[in-house]
Amino acid sequence: MAENNEYKVEVRHLYKNFGSLEVLKDCNFNVKRGEFICVVGPTGCGKTTFLNLLTCLLEPTSGEILIDGKPANPKKHNLAFVFQEPTAYPWLTVRKNLGYCLSLKHLPKQEIAARVENIARLMGLSADLDRYPSELSTSTEQKVVIGRAFAMNPDLLLMDEPYGQMDIKTRFYLEDEVVRIWKELHSTVLFITHNIEEAVYLADRILILSQKPASVKEDVVVDLPRPRDINSPEFVRLRSYVTDQIKWW
Amino acid sequence: MNTNQEKLTKAIARERKHIKNKSRNLLFTSIISIVVLLALWELSVQLGWITTRFFCAPSEVLNALIEKLTNRAPDGATLPVHILSSMKISMIGFLMAVLIGTPLGLLMGWYKPVDKFIRPAFNLIRPIPAVGWIPLMIVLLGIGLAPKVFIVFLSAFVAVVLNSYAGIKLTNRAMINVSKTCGASNFTIFRRVGIPSAMPMVFTGWKVGLGLSWSTLVAAEMLASNDGLGYMILAGRQFMRVNLIMVGMLTIGVIGLILFALLNWLEK
Repeated sequence: MAENNEYKVEVRHLYKNFGSLEVLKDCNFNVKRGEFICVVGPTGCGKTTFLNLLTCLLEPTSGEILIDGKPANPKKHNLAFVFQEPTAYPWLTVRKNLGYCLSLKHLPKQEIAARVENIARLMGLSADLDRYPSELSTSTEQKVVIGRAFAMNPDLLLMDEPYGQMDIKTRFYLEDEVVRIWKELHSTVLFITHNIEEAVYLADRILILSQKPASVKEDVVVDLPRPRDINSPEFVRLRSYVTDQIKWW
Repeated sequence: MNTNQEKLTKAIARERKHIKNKSRNLLFTSIISIVVLLALWELSVQLGWITTRFFCAPSEVLNALIEKLTNRAPDGATLPVHILSSMKISMIGFLMAVLIGTPLGLLMGWYKPVDKFIRPAFNLIRPIPAVGWIPLMIVLLGIGLAPKVFIVFLSAFVAVVLNSYAGIKLTNRAMINVSKTCGASNFTIFRRVGIPSAMPMVFTGWKVGLGLSWSTLVAAEMLASNDGLGYMILAGRQFMRVNLIMVGMLTIGVIGLILFALLNWLEK
C-alpha cells in the first residue's frame, strides 16, 4: 500500500456487521494531519459504532484503519476519546485526571507534571487543579475531560457528541475552547455530532454519513474564515446544504 | 460589595442558621425517644406491671453493670474480660472476611472465568446461615477460638463478597473505555478504574459485614464457649440472674453502635 505522509488517518473499505445487521458498509476517507473533521449523519446511522471502530473498541468485520500508515492500535498510537457522558474520574483530583492518560503511557513524572500545568493553563483550569470533579460545574468537568484528551498530544482526538447534553451558552463557549486548543496544539480531531450548526462552525471538512448501512455519502469542505459567524450568508448556505443532504437520502 | 450582594449574604446566613436550628431540634427528638423508652422501662418495673423475677429496671441493670466491671461471680470473669474476648474473635473474623472477601468479590466481578469458577460453590454455601455451621465446627475444631472465628468470618464474608462484586459490576462503561483507548491492559483498568469506582459499595459491604459478625458472634458464644458476652448471657440464665442477661444484651447493643459509628467516621 502506498505510503502517503500527508494523511494522518486512512480508512479503507470499512465494513461492520453485527450478526446480519449491516451497520457500516464500505466506508472510505482520509484525514490530513492537523485537520478538524466533523462527522454528521441521521440518528442511529452508526456514528458511535464508527468511532468505536476507530478507537479499536470494536473489531471491524473487514477493511482497515491506518494511522500514520500503520494499523490503528491503542497501545502504539496516541488515541484520545471524549465521550458523550462525563467521564472525569470522580476519585481523582483535576490534576490527576488531566495526567491520567499520560501516566497510563508511563511517561516520566516531570514530563506529566509539565504537560498538566501547560494544559491547565490553556484551559483555564489552573485554579482548580487540586479540586475533585464533584466540586466543579458540568462544563468545567467536561473541560477537564477535553483537557485530559489534549494533554496526550493525541495522534487522533475523537469526540463523540461531547456537548450533546449542554445548554447553548456552555456549548458555544466550549466549542470556541476546542478550536483554540486545537489550533495551539495542531492536533487532528474527529468530532461526531448531530448538530449541523456545530459541525459547520467547527469543521475544516464535514463527512456526511448515509442512513444505515452507513457509508460516507459526501465530503463537504468548509473553507470559511475563523472565527466563524453563524449568521453570515455563507454559513447559513452551508448549514442548509448539509441539512438537506441528511434529510433526503 | 453592593447592596444586592449584601442582602444575599445575609439571606444565606439566615438560611444556614435556620437549618442548624432544625437539625438541633431533630437531635432533641431522638434524645426524647431514648428517655421515653428508659422511663417506660423503669416505670413498668417500679409499678409492678412486670414481675421482677424475670425482668429488672434500667437502674438495676446499671448497678449490675458497675458491679460486674470488677466482680467475677457467678460466671468466672469480669465484664471487661468478656468484652475483650468477644472483640478479639469478632475482629479477627471480620478482618479475615475483609482481607479475603474484598479481593475475591472484586475479581469475580471483573473476570468472568473467576466468577464462573467460584460462583457455584459460593451460591451453595451462601444460603446456609453462619449459625448453622456451629455444630459441625464444634465437632471439627472444639470450642476454642478457631470455630468461633470461622463462624464470624463466614457471616461477614458473604456480605463483603456480594457488595464488592456488585460494586465493581457497576463501573461506568465509558470510564473503562477512556482507559482502553489509551491502550491500558485489562488488569491496569481493573486496578485504576474498577477498584476505585467500586469503593463506596465495598465499604457498604464492610459495614454490613461488621454488623453481622458482631451479632453472629454472640450466637456462636452461646453454644460453644466459656467466656465472651454471649457466654455471660447464657450463664445469667443458668444462674437465674436476669440483670446479668440484660447487662450482656445492653453491652452488645452499645458496642455494636460504637463500631458502626467508628466505621461511618472512617468512611468520611
